[in-house]
Amino acid sequence: MSTLVKTMALAFNHGRLTVICALLGVLVLTSVFAPWIAPYGEAQVFPEPFAPWSPEHWLGTDQIGRDILTRLLYGTRNSILIALLATVLAFVIGGIFGLIAAILGGVLDQLLARLTDVLMAIPSLIFALMLLSIFGSTIWNLIVVIAVLESTRVFRLARSVSYGVVVQDYVEVARLRGERLPWIMLREVAPNITAPMLSEFGLRFCFVFLTIAALSFLGVGVQPPTADLGSMVRENANLIQFARFDLRAGITPLVPAIVIALITVSVNALVDWFLLSDGDTPNG
Amino acid sequence: MDNHAAAQNEIKPLVDMQGVVIEGFSNDRWTTIVDRVDLKVYPGEVLGLIGESGAGKSSLGLASMGYARAGCRISGGTILFEGQDLRAAGIKTLNRLRGNRMTYVAQSAAAAFNPAHRLIRQTIETSLVKRGWNGTKARRHAIKLFGTLRLPGAETIGSRFPHQVSGGQLQRVMTAMAMVPEPGLIVFDEPTTALDVTTQVEVLLSIKDAMRTLGSSAIYISHDLAVVSQMADRIKVLRHGKEVEEAETQEMINAPKEEYTRSLWAVRNIERNAKIGAEPRLTIENLTAYYGKFKALDNVSLTVPVGRTVSILGESGSGKSTLARCISGVVKDVEGQVTLAGKRLPLHLKNRNKEQLRHVQMIFQMADTALNPRQTVGQIILRPLRWFTGLPREKARRRMEELLSMVELDPSLASRYPEELSGGQKQRVCIARALAPEPEIMICDEVTSALDQLVQEDIIRLLNRVQEEMGTSYIFITHDVLAAKAISDEVIVMSKGRIVDRGSRDVVFSPPFEPYTEKLVKSVPEIDSGWLEQFRRS
Repeated sequence: MSTLVKTMALAFNHGRLTVICALLGVLVLTSVFAPWIAPYGEAQVFPEPFAPWSPEHWLGTDQIGRDILTRLLYGTRNSILIALLATVLAFVIGGIFGLIAAILGGVLDQLLARLTDVLMAIPSLIFALMLLSIFGSTIWNLIVVIAVLESTRVFRLARSVSYGVVVQDYVEVARLRGERLPWIMLREVAPNITAPMLSEFGLRFCFVFLTIAALSFLGVGVQPPTADLGSMVRENANLIQFARFDLRAGITPLVPAIVIALITVSVNALVDWFLLSDGDTPNG
Repeated sequence: MDNHAAAQNEIKPLVDMQGVVIEGFSNDRWTTIVDRVDLKVYPGEVLGLIGESGAGKSSLGLASMGYARAGCRISGGTILFEGQDLRAAGIKTLNRLRGNRMTYVAQSAAAAFNPAHRLIRQTIETSLVKRGWNGTKARRHAIKLFGTLRLPGAETIGSRFPHQVSGGQLQRVMTAMAMVPEPGLIVFDEPTTALDVTTQVEVLLSIKDAMRTLGSSAIYISHDLAVVSQMADRIKVLRHGKEVEEAETQEMINAPKEEYTRSLWAVRNIERNAKIGAEPRLTIENLTAYYGKFKALDNVSLTVPVGRTVSILGESGSGKSTLARCISGVVKDVEGQVTLAGKRLPLHLKNRNKEQLRHVQMIFQMADTALNPRQTVGQIILRPLRWFTGLPREKARRRMEELLSMVELDPSLASRYPEELSGGQKQRVCIARALAPEPEIMICDEVTSALDQLVQEDIIRLLNRVQEEMGTSYIFITHDVLAAKAISDEVIVMSKGRIVDRGSRDVVFSPPFEPYTEKLVKSVPEIDSGWLEQFRRS
């Protein structure tokens, strides 16, 4: 009986994994090949704004007459790319400082930790809004600001998991050998914290992705004419009002929102699976 | 003997296990831990279970209570307790028996107690629940047992919390906990392994007295032959989950049948002629170290001659590991003078140059944590080799393979990761790593204490041989009198941060003894069932 349940659970897990991977695969492929798949140019304008769904424009056109399907494909591509870059940068910054803090310890560790506490005390969305209004909403500013804010979380995790590693005798052996900081960081400690860091990467990516979507929705994120899922939701929000004439018009602004949801949910599910399979020990 | 056997035939065994098979789940499949072992315990009898780690002795001991650890299962055989089939019994029956008719004493008392509750409450808990005693009765009973187990202040010790008593006392409280419900069977799982040798002997004496008063049966599990021969009436030897042999204790000690048992008995017969006189290589003068306000080392001076081994012997808290850490330069608050080969060695790691770092190498107790799990054996040894000697890649590679052969490992292991090696192999890799820079001084910090006895012996032999070949000086830190005897030229005995005895090995370990050394030496159990009684009388 229990074996049957276990097999079913396993099959379900594998099935779920297949679905997640397929979904993420489609999303990644469409974003990579967006310029080839998309029927029109990213910022190509057609005479008729708010055109309904038609064979020419599968999802209609937006408020200035751009093809929504095209924008959706490019938007997915841009959003994923920007979020990915910001997350990677956040991990580089947070990871390096977290490792340094854990390895060197002492005053430096306390200083860095308290500094991140201060940064984390400020709600990051509002902080990002403020910084972007000051420095201007270019894509690079957006990436850097989000990366720096998210790096505080990465820093905390990297530091706390490294604490468990730096007290191991093999790190002491390296120290007794007179190894320099980069070796201890990259060769002795970093390889032993990859599992928690990898799963954190997935979660952070989701948060970054949502933050960027929120910022774009608020108008300080990705700027037109660059397509982006968050700003597409905002730009097409008015179409909701046409839902009583044509239901499809009401669905149009929901499509980018659904894509946002799909990406975050599937990345999350992937991380969950990863975490589960990592510490999997069945009881007999 | 025959009478005894005949008498046993008439008496029904309390525990009767037949063909027990226990399996554990690892790497996605079930592997056999205990393979068709029979076990009988008669009323009032203590059965000793002995074997190396992984022999399945703990699994078998727990199975006598009808229990399998998480990730394990009892998949074959019958287990009868007082005539009742435990494998067929439901959880209700088992719950009624466990903690009542059968109890368990774990190895680590510190991990087995709830730190948030007072000792007395935890001691009597099962008797209240399972026997339905009232609090006063159970408490009176527990206090009487505390007395039998010779706990200081038997009346009041129960009102303390687990962290307020010492390790040896906690182990005795746990024994009391197991004895309060007056069970038929107590399973002792390495109850003294984590204790210092002088504490161990006290705990053994008190357990033995209490068992005699109580008259229960027991299964006594240990890897230490000398301990088991004090406690058990009969001994069963296990290896790789299979029974090797079983006999009355006296018979087992005097005439073991199997080769494996004989090899266990013959452990620690390493002959080393203690050499004296050689020029000093490392000199330590007036070393004093603090942890905060606590003085961990008090004015310690010693000399390590070229190509000799100096053992630092002491119990936990004696400051012997602090001494090692001071020499390797990682203790912050330290004063004194260390001289290596005639030149002054800076006390702090960061002030030492590469040449100075090279000549002080360290081997640790836990080979598991001393090897980076993400580096291969080859990488682990190559790094210090190239770092200190600057050998070009190809030459370093050849030297690494030489080092592996030197520590009796196959050079093909170079591509393996530490988790693929056994405990003894890991410690050999650590030794090879420490040897790589050809150091003048090697500090061995309890390098044998986490290993099985046979492996310990191999490692000590290896260290002795390597010293002959390379002329390295060793500082051998240990709590184990026998290991110190097997490896040292000179011995230093430490207690509470001070040196209390020193001299050549033969002088320190033969009468007349210094008082503390005598206590240490005499507390080491001997493989002789009458030893504990002799110790009591002396």
